[in-house]
Amino acid sequence: MDLPRLETILSRYEGEPWDLIPVLQDIQDSYSYLPKDELQVVSERLNVPLTQIYSVATFFKMFSLIPKGKHQIKVCTGTTCHLKGSHRVAESLSHRLGVEVGYTTKDMQFSLDTVGCLGSCAQAPVMMVDDKYYGRTTVDKVPKILKLYK
Amino acid sequence: MPRFESIDHLREYRRQLIAKRDPNQPQVLVCAGPGCLPMGSEDVAAAFREELEKNGLAAKVVLKECGCHGLCAGAVRVLLRPQEITYQHVKAEDVPEIVEKTLKDGQVVDRLVYEDPHTQEKAAHKKDIPFFKGQMPIVLRKLDVIDPTSLDDYLALGGYRGLRKALLEMKADDIIDAIDKSGLRGRGGGGFPTGRKWRICQEVEDEPKFIICNGDEGDPGAFMDRAVMEGDPHAVIEGMIIGAFAIGASKGYIYVRHEYPLAVSRLQMAIDQCRESGFLGKNILRSGFDFDIKISRGAGAFVCGEETSLIHSMEGFIGEPSPRPPYPAQSGLFGKPTVINNVETWANVPEIINLGADWYADIGTEKSKGTKVFSLVGAVNQTGLVEVPMGTTLRQIVYDLGGGIRQDREFKAVQTGGPSGGCIPPQFLDLPVDYDSLQSVGSIMGSGGMIVMDTSSCMVDVARYFINFLYQESCGKCTPCREGLKQILFILDEIIHGRGQEEHLGLMEELCAVMSAASICGLGKSAVNPIRSTMKYFREEYLSHIRDKKCHALVCRPLLKYTVDPETCTGCLACVRECPVGAISGKKKMAQEIDQELCIKCGLCYEACQFEAIKIE
Ligand SMILES: Cc1cc2nc3c(=O)[nH]c(=O)nc-3n(C[C@H](O)[C@H](O)[C@H](O)COP(=O)(O)O)c2cc1C
Ligand code: SF4
Ligand code: SF4
Ligand code: FES
Ligand code: FES
Repeated sequence: MDLPRLETILSRYEGEPWDLIPVLQDIQDSYSYLPKDELQVVSERLNVPLTQIYSVATFFKMFSLIPKGKHQIKVCTGTTCHLKGSHRVAESLSHRLGVEVGYTTKDMQFSLDTVGCLGSCAQAPVMMVDDKYYGRTTVDKVPKILKLYK
Repeated sequence: MPRFESIDHLREYRRQLIAKRDPNQPQVLVCAGPGCLPMGSEDVAAAFREELEKNGLAAKVVLKECGCHGLCAGAVRVLLRPQEITYQHVKAEDVPEIVEKTLKDGQVVDRLVYEDPHTQEKAAHKKDIPFFKGQMPIVLRKLDVIDPTSLDDYLALGGYRGLRKALLEMKADDIIDAIDKSGLRGRGGGGFPTGRKWRICQEVEDEPKFIICNGDEGDPGAFMDRAVMEGDPHAVIEGMIIGAFAIGASKGYIYVRHEYPLAVSRLQMAIDQCRESGFLGKNILRSGFDFDIKISRGAGAFVCGEETSLIHSMEGFIGEPSPRPPYPAQSGLFGKPTVINNVETWANVPEIINLGADWYADIGTEKSKGTKVFSLVGAVNQTGLVEVPMGTTLRQIVYDLGGGIRQDREFKAVQTGGPSGGCIPPQFLDLPVDYDSLQSVGSIMGSGGMIVMDTSSCMVDVARYFINFLYQESCGKCTPCREGLKQILFILDEIIHGRGQEEHLGLMEELCAVMSAASICGLGKSAVNPIRSTMKYFREEYLSHIRDKKCHALVCRPLLKYTVDPETCTGCLACVRECPVGAISGKKKMAQEIDQELCIKCGLCYEACQFEAIKIE
């Protein structure tokens, strides 16, 4: 376990039980998942039972208990994107990366997920790779976008 | 930034700031809002920076990256002041020409201006474009002209004047009276009178009190709150400080959706600026009032937009709602009185205090005052953000502002209120939009998503889409919502797979009755709206799926058949490369054929084909 890394995260907070979600978010951002040993430490420090930590970790979509890939791909399946065929974009990505939605490629490069709405509905269908948004992503644009990250 | 030691100091600083600014100075305002950012705002701004430098104009021309300019369909947009010329679909390559022609010579670059979708008439100036004409921007007023990272920009346009007035001239009760009298109702969906909510909280004798800004914006298809948080973060913060002063809160939180990283960083920057200049922290503007704001990030759960679940998740628990009463205003965060309002609600507050309750109450309808921001998206020509007085008709929004339906297709429905709302059919196009009128036709105002659908949308598919969304997002705490959604989804899937029966419709109505009566929170209660509204207004579509096994809009996959037209197929094999199951075969440069047994009807071949040789029936 990388204790110094975890300590840096914990030092940003006061160690109260209500710091749980922000602490988990920072761990998720830093490790790309919530490692078991780290959660044990979090439980002791914040004085929150491990069961509650797992209930939170499995309730919210941003948390993952297994490592995520280097790049996070999120395909919007919000209403506007749905109407403009975003499931085809998701399917094309899934096909090209050889991975189901919700999973990570074997080489740990890409995680593929769908999300409710990315807030750029005027450019539907929209997808996001890490913190960058891509608009009007028709199927033929998918390979070009992927290339930027390969 | 200086630290403002008094209200006079602030006034003096603002005076000098305005005097220093030349209203005729050329400005290039590049839109970096939610609609333009994915289309390359950063590249356009970088190109301007370089080109201005190259032409020795960097000191003369102000370049800013701003929030949403409204008409997102024309992304990336650039506004040139003082002429108010607005360019659309700007790419980095266009920038040298804009600098050369417009900035140096004062000429308009014709190919980059707005073109009417019907008459092809061009318009270069904002005032001549129909999209902007029928609007009344209050919340969106500053978005296209200020740099959201600059407190000076906000101050120069009258920012923190509302706060100044509240602290200097008003008592807490006066502020609540003003909000009450203005008629402001919550913009997050429910439309609860804001003044009344504040009063309830103020009157509870318990300390400390909290303020929360709900920036969870979970409704798919809605991006007003994102645009405001990213484009004018200080307006939200100013509203919150005024509200905190009125109810006596010492701490505020802004709960921002996990998918909005830019909103988080913009708000954080604005909060830091406020602390530095004395708008937040101890003894704000030397008034004796202490208040500070922190950002809470959401973790990806739609139900956390609901106020009680939002509060639970801020306390470190899962986002399960609890029955109300007690309302958060009585017992909220950590059991303390808490006012929770939506982003747009907060952003209205400074102007109401600044310009007066009467001014605001004059706008809108009898029971819905002021303006509402809508994200107008879907099948209209001019997609984007619009802000109109309450009572504007759907027709005005869809046709006058939105420029009608794309490709002159037929209007089918407008969906408002997100997953809790309904689909409104053409016979209600002349409905004046407000909280009550939308409810009367089986939808709700919601947070302001307005998704226009044409004949290419299938209403059964739309209903299934929302039910599936809600099924995934239901927290599962109460049975009617958890099980009801599951059963309705099952029935809709049967219908979409051609196994539907007419009795299914009655069954769905029964399920709806139970869910709306017995669910704990709004998610389950209003989940019936997409079902009821589509069954009521588009019943024949359900029937054609059930009786004829046909989806006339060609959407429901299991009812479709994909074939290759041998006449038009060039044998380029683009479809073959795309097909995930290898269902397409044939020789190169010859017509291809689809094996119906293998085909999973994904439609990828249809999109991949450049020659429209793939046919759907
Ligand atoms: C399922 C559900 C989701 C909600 N999502 C949001 C949301 O994303 N943003 C929001 O402001 N209000 C949302 N609300 C409404 C809030 O519960 C609350 O009424 C609102 O934030 C109060 O602010 P207002 O009075 O300013 O509208 C949601 C309600 C429900 C039932
Ligand atoms: S109505 Fe649905 S989301 Fe709301 S509490 Fe019940 S199960 Fe949870
Ligand atoms: S619809 Fe999908 S599965 Fe069927 S032929 Fe086309 S690409 Fe292949
Ligand atoms: S629906 Fe896809 S960005 Fe909003
Ligand atoms: S985001 Fe640029 S116009 Fe809306």
